[in-house]
Amino acid sequence: MSGWTRHTGKAVALDLESVDTDQLLTARFMTTPRAEGYGRYLLYDLRYNSAEQPVPDFPLNRVPDASVLVARRNFGGGSSREAAVYALVDFGIRTVIAPSFGDIFASNAVNNGLLPARVDEAEIDALIDELRGDAAHVTVELEHGEIEIGSRKLAFTLDTAWRQKLINGWDDIDLTGHHHPAIARYRARRAKAQPWAFPAGKAAG
Amino acid sequence: MTEPRTLYDKIWDEHVVNEQEDGTCLLYIDRHLVHEVTSPQAFEGLRDAGRSVRHPQRTLAVVDHNVPTTPDRKEGIKNEESRIQVEALARNAAEFGVEYFHEADVRQGIVHIVGPEQGFTLPGTTIVCGDSHTSTHGAFGALAHGIGTSEVEHVLATQTLIQKKARNMLVRVDNAAPEGVTAKDIILAIIGEIGTAGGTGHVIEYGGQAITDLSMEGRMTVCNMTIEGGARAGLIAPDDKAFDYLKNRPMAPKGDHWEKAVEHWRTLQTDEGAQFDRTVVLDAQHLPPIVSWGSSPEDVVSVTGHVPNPDEIEDETKRASKWRALDYMGLDAGTKITDIEIDRVFIGSCTNGRIEDLRAAAAILRGHRVSERVNAMVVPGSGLVKTQAEQEGLHKVFIDAGFEWREPGCSMCLAMNDDRLKPGERCASTSNRNFEGRQGYRGRTHLVSPAMAAAAAVAGRFVDIRDW
Repeated sequence: MSGWTRHTGKAVALDLESVDTDQLLTARFMTTPRAEGYGRYLLYDLRYNSAEQPVPDFPLNRVPDASVLVARRNFGGGSSREAAVYALVDFGIRTVIAPSFGDIFASNAVNNGLLPARVDEAEIDALIDELRGDAAHVTVELEHGEIEIGSRKLAFTLDTAWRQKLINGWDDIDLTGHHHPAIARYRARRAKAQPWAFPAGKAAG
Repeated sequence: MTEPRTLYDKIWDEHVVNEQEDGTCLLYIDRHLVHEVTSPQAFEGLRDAGRSVRHPQRTLAVVDHNVPTTPDRKEGIKNEESRIQVEALARNAAEFGVEYFHEADVRQGIVHIVGPEQGFTLPGTTIVCGDSHTSTHGAFGALAHGIGTSEVEHVLATQTLIQKKARNMLVRVDNAAPEGVTAKDIILAIIGEIGTAGGTGHVIEYGGQAITDLSMEGRMTVCNMTIEGGARAGLIAPDDKAFDYLKNRPMAPKGDHWEKAVEHWRTLQTDEGAQFDRTVVLDAQHLPPIVSWGSSPEDVVSVTGHVPNPDEIEDETKRASKWRALDYMGLDAGTKITDIEIDRVFIGSCTNGRIEDLRAAAAILRGHRVSERVNAMVVPGSGLVKTQAEQEGLHKVFIDAGFEWREPGCSMCLAMNDDRLKPGERCASTSNRNFEGRQGYRGRTHLVSPAMAAAAAVAGRFVDIRDW
């Protein structure tokens, strides 16, 4: 995963609250290997009608080259499927702006270089009213926690550790590698104090 | 004197390997459950980087999400993509030395039913799985939550997880629940109260008489749906019920280790005076059997009630979203819940696929037939649940009533395999999510308890089981 500090592109608004990860990536597509790309499945049942034709006025159909998605509260709740993030990323989305996010979704997003930018709800309401279904020019400044979108300048909140991770594109497993001696010490201490905490025997019917 | 701590504080403190200045912690993971859908990329990542699974004996793999539940699955999985995913898990488990339950193994089932059954789930441990319903294991006083595939890879490689501590939330359900009101009704009522984002950023501890009164199966139902209230993990302080459930399970501690473990587990209680960031209190005495009406688990109402009118909601965003839900569900505001006719019934899932759930449904069905308009199925949560049910003759009750009796798996809870609703079909389901399309494209899901689902199957519409 490569890091980034600044992103410029097109934003579009999805006027929905609680867009869950089942909406973002329906389960029936989850047997697809990642190498084939998940972008075409993003929000599939909203983007396409029952005849599998694109819904013309759906925001992502109107602005298929959008890279920033604006949505209402509780974005990405529900299933832990990281495939929901793959779908966004493979579609070309780099930032989702919303008043709040599902906890598991937000960690998954950061693990894939996707910024879950939390912005005050009143500002999102005004922004969605202004954008409606149209595209707006957007610049995301990760370092300063600022987003310029259309005529607006918004501040977003993000955990500091997540900010660093997005900027540096760190591999967590490599970083944790530096703590291997501490993990080994912990394990030895625990094995002595709570030997029962290690699985006993084999599973059986 | 140390500060009084919550149950969550205690388990958390015991598992912190390292804490950075900004509060980012490395948390030791005691148990890792793996299934076929969210793990392929994690194993591939390990392979590409030349890494191994750090502690294979702390990892248990089982197929559940996409396996067919039809009896002919013993002859092989017909759907090619599903078969490839199942075979990949078998191969990965063998290559990395992880114990694996395949689809013909009697121990196979939904990960969250298998873990407790095998005694893999223990109080005071940290448990993760690439599945949001990992919160189920909190019923035993384990800190258990769902993670994404990148994190699955991290846990496989390091046996740790990078985490920041969540806030503490207490949900207390006072008094005894009336007859006919089950664990499912209690958790649906809680989600209705706090909303689907009410627990975001928190770990929920459940307490109060209605919770401690529950069997382990019931407690698992409650903790299972914690994620539907936005919290990653739910906890119930372990007691003798939990210890009795686990004693002599294959992977649980034995002999002296068991005694020492129980001694420690008895300390896993929230201290008097410990502070919660948020407390919510419900009274179980007045809870009814509950039916969900919309496309979010917070959209709940009493079986004696009516489909609500979204115009009565003040918040504009919420109002718009509930109108949308009514449209999706094909319902009119003001419709009596007991006037809603159904086409399908699904009994199963990690929420309500355990033996007690099947007993509750069978008790309603004895001597009755499924309505002509309804197609109904039971999918036991595991091979061991299925075997137990067959020993008790429950399968006969279901089959005689006109239910299909299936092989274990996640099935129509998430509709990854062929078990799914057709567009427009309306289902009384014991599962956990009524999201748009969750049980099939344009399918309509109403979440209910196993007894309520069974009664609805017979009547062809929702009925109050208190009048059954």
